[in-house]
Amino acid sequence: MPVKTVFETKIEHVSILDEHGNFDAQLGEGLVSDDDLVAMYKHMMVCRHFDEIAFKLQRSGRMGTYPENRGQEVPSLAAAYVLEKKDWMVTCYRENSGLFWRGLPMEKILLHWMGDERGNHIDECNVTPLAIAIGSQMLHATGLAWSSKYKKDGGIACTFFGDGATSEGDFHEAANFAANLDLPVVFVCQNNGWAISTPTKLECSAPTVAQRGIAYGMDCVQVDGNDLFAMVKVIRDAVKNARENNRPTFIEALTYRLGDHTTADDARRYRDADELAMWEKRDPMIRLRNYLEQKDLWSSSKEEEQLAEASQIVSEVVKNAEEIDAPTSNDFFDCMFTELSPQLQLQRQTMRTSSLGQDSSQVSVPTQEGAVQ
Amino acid sequence: MANLTLVQSINLALIQEMEKDSRVLLLGEDIGLNGGVFRATEGLFQRFGGDRVVDAPLAESGIMGTAIGLAMGGLRPIPEIQFEGFMGPAFDQLTNQAARFNSRTRGGVTCPLTLRVPVGGGIHAPELHSDSPEAIYTHTPGLKIVMPSSPYDAKGLLISAIRDPNPVIFFEPKRIYRAFREEVPEDEYTIPIGEARTVCEGDELTMVSWGATVVQCMNAIEKSGKSIELIDLRTISPIDMGTIAHSVNKTGRCVVVHEAPKTCGLGAEIAAGVMEHCFLHLEAPVQRVCGFDTIMPYYKLELDYLPDAQRIGKAITETLAY
Repeated sequence: MPVKTVFETKIEHVSILDEHGNFDAQLGEGLVSDDDLVAMYKHMMVCRHFDEIAFKLQRSGRMGTYPENRGQEVPSLAAAYVLEKKDWMVTCYRENSGLFWRGLPMEKILLHWMGDERGNHIDECNVTPLAIAIGSQMLHATGLAWSSKYKKDGGIACTFFGDGATSEGDFHEAANFAANLDLPVVFVCQNNGWAISTPTKLECSAPTVAQRGIAYGMDCVQVDGNDLFAMVKVIRDAVKNARENNRPTFIEALTYRLGDHTTADDARRYRDADELAMWEKRDPMIRLRNYLEQKDLWSSSKEEEQLAEASQIVSEVVKNAEEIDAPTSNDFFDCMFTELSPQLQLQRQTMRTSSLGQDSSQVSVPTQEGAVQ
Repeated sequence: MANLTLVQSINLALIQEMEKDSRVLLLGEDIGLNGGVFRATEGLFQRFGGDRVVDAPLAESGIMGTAIGLAMGGLRPIPEIQFEGFMGPAFDQLTNQAARFNSRTRGGVTCPLTLRVPVGGGIHAPELHSDSPEAIYTHTPGLKIVMPSSPYDAKGLLISAIRDPNPVIFFEPKRIYRAFREEVPEDEYTIPIGEARTVCEGDELTMVSWGATVVQCMNAIEKSGKSIELIDLRTISPIDMGTIAHSVNKTGRCVVVHEAPKTCGLGAEIAAGVMEHCFLHLEAPVQRVCGFDTIMPYYKLELDYLPDAQRIGKAITETLAY
């Protein structure tokens, strides 16, 4: 028997507005209305300013560790723009722009990084709390998509993760479940080049991360993740595929982490300055602003106005986050379970774990009197 | 009323809850057409269809993690891990995700799911099919843990677990899946999570156990001819220390019996609890009859490892003689 090819594949790369301002009118015309483009650019400015202020809050000791989002504003924003209210957005922690567009109050993200779980209590929209354990959230997204399919509510789930997360077993299990069980999931990998200090090539030796999805039998595409037009297009296609066919899609969005991994990191230890400089020129906001200005939709004066607006919005957000009532120790007991066991009630009430400290009748045993207060 | 084995009782509870609540669905390996490797889900695929009895890919973290998503989406998933030895791959999703969501979201997401897992030794199974890891999960805040020792309790506890708005691990002692039958009411009933059962009353010594070893304890007690109070925990977490303390304050002596290794097993927690609550009533040190601090051996030696009536009997004699 001759050897024959039983399977062939390819990965397409989608780009509409590139870093030099070239615009593919055939793909890009009519994709996003001018008003929406302006609204999204303005939103990105607010997010960028939020990011700067969050960084400063950490540096000045007013907030704990924070992962800068700078440079990665586009992928999650494009998804939030396309998704419907009933859909789920399941993120890791570099998707502020999408979460805010979806309606998550901005102070909740600050509260999270200020060490306050109340930032994770989200009633406002279908998003899940930031996922700290890398890759854990993709299975939750798959389960949420499954619940939508089961309930026939027409919803889908769109999940975000980094290039490093595709090395985690949970990514592979989520992809396999989603494809085998025909679940409406959109997997968006923000390939930002680095998993803390580990470059993508040490996470994935294949030419693209996108092709990892092929093994699970799902559509896969690579896209310029700093190109708002291209991101909207691939997300829209993937959402359609999920909603109409119950099929998952894997999107590799090429972007770049312009900041350090977190405020606890110093990327200069492992990252080439030239690489950073190259990607700074590819900043998604530069090309979008140029595009808008060429179309006379934006100007320097509008930029200034919006900067002032962003500053005001973020000041208010910081104020809200910092002025929230202090949490009490009751909080960490009360949400262990929907009702507390006698042991937990006792610990909560006495703030003691020693039995003599918990039970006054024990302390009053005659031989013990005076020994324990 | 029907005379059922423990595994039949579980099957009945699953059927009744699935009929009552369309949010309940099952996912696990080989639970569909095959009915589960122990036949706990026998007939359910045919009765409820593939949308509600789902043969999952062979991936425990995937089963656990998607069950969390299903629960977040408003459903009441019942994931099954085929054997306790395969909980390892699901550990992160179970302990770092399911157990933490309620606290992490300050009450926003409670993760109502019931993880069913066959547990324990004594059935001549291969490696990693005979362990007793309940203490590991008891040491994980945020999980409730249940282990029945009888067909009657199995149905009532499983229904409570399914209806509980928190994540519950329902450990099924496989050694007694079919060891004996018991009258199990056809009507639905629940047994509250967090309440131990006094199997038999006595005033010379308190014995505490759960799961399959309850049966060994009953044998040992019968052989001893002594007046021994046997407490079946039924719920391992939260532990019903009140019932234990009340009994030990009466008897002054306590023996804890479990299959899991001795060190840092539940016996240690119970002994500490007895020390705290019964100090002035104790007539003898609390004794633990447990699995050894070794790897559970392959099945040729499993009966040397597992506590049996003889070892329990010795502990009874020694504790009473102290």
